[in-house]
Amino acid sequence: MNDAPTARLELRGITKTYPSVVANDRVSLKVMPGEIHAVLGENGAGKSTLMKVIYGVTHPGAGEILWEGERVRIRNPAHARALGIGMVFQHFSLFETLTVVENVALALELSGDLGLLARQIEQVSEKYGLPVDPRRRVHALSVGERQRVEIIRCLLQKPKLLIMDEPTSVLTPGAVQKLFETLRQLAAEGCSILYISHKLDEIQQLCHVATVLRDGRVTGECVPANETPESMARLMIGKALPVPELRPHSPGAPRLQVAGLSRDSDDPFGVELQDIHLDVRAGEIVGIAGVSGNGQKELLLALSGEEPLAERYPIRIDGVEAGRMGPRARRRLGLGFVPEERLGRGAVPSLSLAFNGLLTAHGQGLLRHGLIRFAAMRAFARRCIERFDVRCGGAEAAARSLSGGNLQKFIMGREILQSPGVLIVAQPTWGVDVGAAAFIRQQLIDLAASGTAILVISEELEELFEICDRLMVIAGGRLSPSRRVSETSIEEIGLWMSGLWPGADGQATVERADAAS
Amino acid sequence: MDGNIITSILFATVVAGTPLIIVALGELVVEKSGVLNLGAEGMMSVGAIAAFAVTLHSGNLWLGVGAGMLAGVAMALLFAFVALTLLGNQVATGLALSILGVGLAAFIGKPYESEVLQAVPPIRIPFLADIPVIGEALWNQQSLVYFSWILFWAVLWFLFRSRAGLVLRAVGESPSSAHAIGYPVIRIRYLATLFGGAMAGLGGAFLSVFYTPLWVEGMVAGRGWIAVALVVFATWRPLRVLLGAYLFGGVMVSQLFIQGSGLDINMPSQFLSSLPYWATIIVLVMISRNRNLVRLNAPVSLGQPFKPES
Repeated sequence: MNDAPTARLELRGITKTYPSVVANDRVSLKVMPGEIHAVLGENGAGKSTLMKVIYGVTHPGAGEILWEGERVRIRNPAHARALGIGMVFQHFSLFETLTVVENVALALELSGDLGLLARQIEQVSEKYGLPVDPRRRVHALSVGERQRVEIIRCLLQKPKLLIMDEPTSVLTPGAVQKLFETLRQLAAEGCSILYISHKLDEIQQLCHVATVLRDGRVTGECVPANETPESMARLMIGKALPVPELRPHSPGAPRLQVAGLSRDSDDPFGVELQDIHLDVRAGEIVGIAGVSGNGQKELLLALSGEEPLAERYPIRIDGVEAGRMGPRARRRLGLGFVPEERLGRGAVPSLSLAFNGLLTAHGQGLLRHGLIRFAAMRAFARRCIERFDVRCGGAEAAARSLSGGNLQKFIMGREILQSPGVLIVAQPTWGVDVGAAAFIRQQLIDLAASGTAILVISEELEELFEICDRLMVIAGGRLSPSRRVSETSIEEIGLWMSGLWPGADGQATVERADAAS
Repeated sequence: MDGNIITSILFATVVAGTPLIIVALGELVVEKSGVLNLGAEGMMSVGAIAAFAVTLHSGNLWLGVGAGMLAGVAMALLFAFVALTLLGNQVATGLALSILGVGLAAFIGKPYESEVLQAVPPIRIPFLADIPVIGEALWNQQSLVYFSWILFWAVLWFLFRSRAGLVLRAVGESPSSAHAIGYPVIRIRYLATLFGGAMAGLGGAFLSVFYTPLWVEGMVAGRGWIAVALVVFATWRPLRVLLGAYLFGGVMVSQLFIQGSGLDINMPSQFLSSLPYWATIIVLVMISRNRNLVRLNAPVSLGQPFKPES
């Protein structure tokens, strides 16, 4: 045998097939002790499936797993944990109505004193710089705090391998740096880390080795420090990253005006909106950044008209006071709206694309005397499919049969084809692969150039910086002043995401800053 | 004289509330695990006739009570197989179970129509029963009344103090997360459902063996449904279940006293008989309007089938 140290985890030829798709095709990789190993790939490249295989959530059809040099068959997550594998999920697996310590107790197979466990949690949280109060209920925690709970939960099991699934998608830039420090500290203590992401800059900053996946296959292995983002992007998507083409334009008259919008949330887990002011001018793209759960959902409900206000004046569309109008009346004024959840709010999963087009575009001559003009309806859907390059089984395909990116292209297309005066878009490229995301951004830029006022609410800072003219930040239900993109930086906006903008209310500031640190 | 009336009303209230407490606490545990079993009425009916028949033939009432619980478990097993293993719609399955149970009980009970059992003497707790007015009402009661109080504390302790209860609540909130951590979601839900069946069977047995020791078709009379409603309107909290059950019992007994008192009130007796159902539902609807309470206590995954990913 050789003297090379034994890999902590080695995968050989892992293949996992689902009825319609091969999620992993002969994937092999090796993680050494104390190594931070990136698994890089687009959405749908098979990263999550691979992690589920390692964590015993699902079983591979072929291939073998070696744990510290020995062949194992990981039966279930409990078995994986017994081996020393911990996982922090992308969509948290916490129970909202339970307290932090109860959540941790659930994951550890030990019974006994919750008070003792609470003290252990405090110790770990101090050691690794992960502040969290063990006695609070999870629903009252910020997203960053929830992630800390997940990490602490893993750490208490003294893992030898920690899997992090897209951990930074919910964090402010400052919190990302804190997380990286924690991970480096862990790695220095000998814990291996599998870091799943599609963010190239983070992987370059943090990871020692990267394995790149595309369409379920390994397309390369590299040392990120020796690569450029371009070279890694080529491995990941098979071509260079597309760059949006900006068009020069000068903003015109304000088309969407919000003045003094306040409202309590009647959802106990909701956020109260406080005195929101914003203007979006014709031809302008304005972005609202922020960590999710800071009032984005409530603001969107108020702007779209799904929850109309009690007064007329706070919202004006092309000068018309629309605060008390419902979604239909607002659409008649020229408002277009793309919600965050594609299936269920943006589209009806079981209906065909043609009918889904009709749902908001019925004003485009698709009705006559209240009856559907089927030919016109299908033609509209076909036009949308063609112009926005929606890969699908035609206008009769059910919305749920489309991938996230293609459905998003269809929904964006449906709104854009109606040439809205004001377009409000939430998370335009969430879960969309890089190619489609670039396309969607380009469409937004082109639409603005034609005189539409566009408001984008997104958690992806890079995206907002790429397409917006001005940026604002929402934190704790308050909206920051706006900054021209050319006059600000990711660092400044990141700081604002913790609620710390000039003139912000002190009290909320402290609380939010604490939540994000 | 006045004290006597209060004592008898209180006594009867506690007795009338007891089957509801037992069945509703069982259902509460079931629902906390995320399973909605609307079959309580059916499970109670089958439990009632099984307990009655076995007691009549064997002469041993505890054998009868055991048979009632077993019958409830058997019905719950049927439900669990369809709803949890075959992933059938829980609402439809539960409704079918109710209809099946009521019909089955009537069918099995045909030969026992108008048969009568010997009344079970109450158990008198020394000293406590000597407390004026309430002593005789609370501490000279049927064994199952005492059991219902023990059950109340046991359910409270289990759900909110024990680790197993924590796991059960976790399964009810997010079966997929619980599965991801590695808990056997389906098995936990099976156990909860069977426990609910046993309690429904016991509640039925209480009706036919202790409460009115005779068999009449339809004697469960919607109490299973009230028990299910109690759980929801009590926002899944045991103390409210207890109070709601006694409210129902109290109104039920009061209207019986009014009907029996010969007071000349110009009202159809059917209306009076429906009062306890009205009162319980109206009061509970009013106190369950607080959305925060509902959201914090309702099992999030209630009624949703769960299939572990393989």
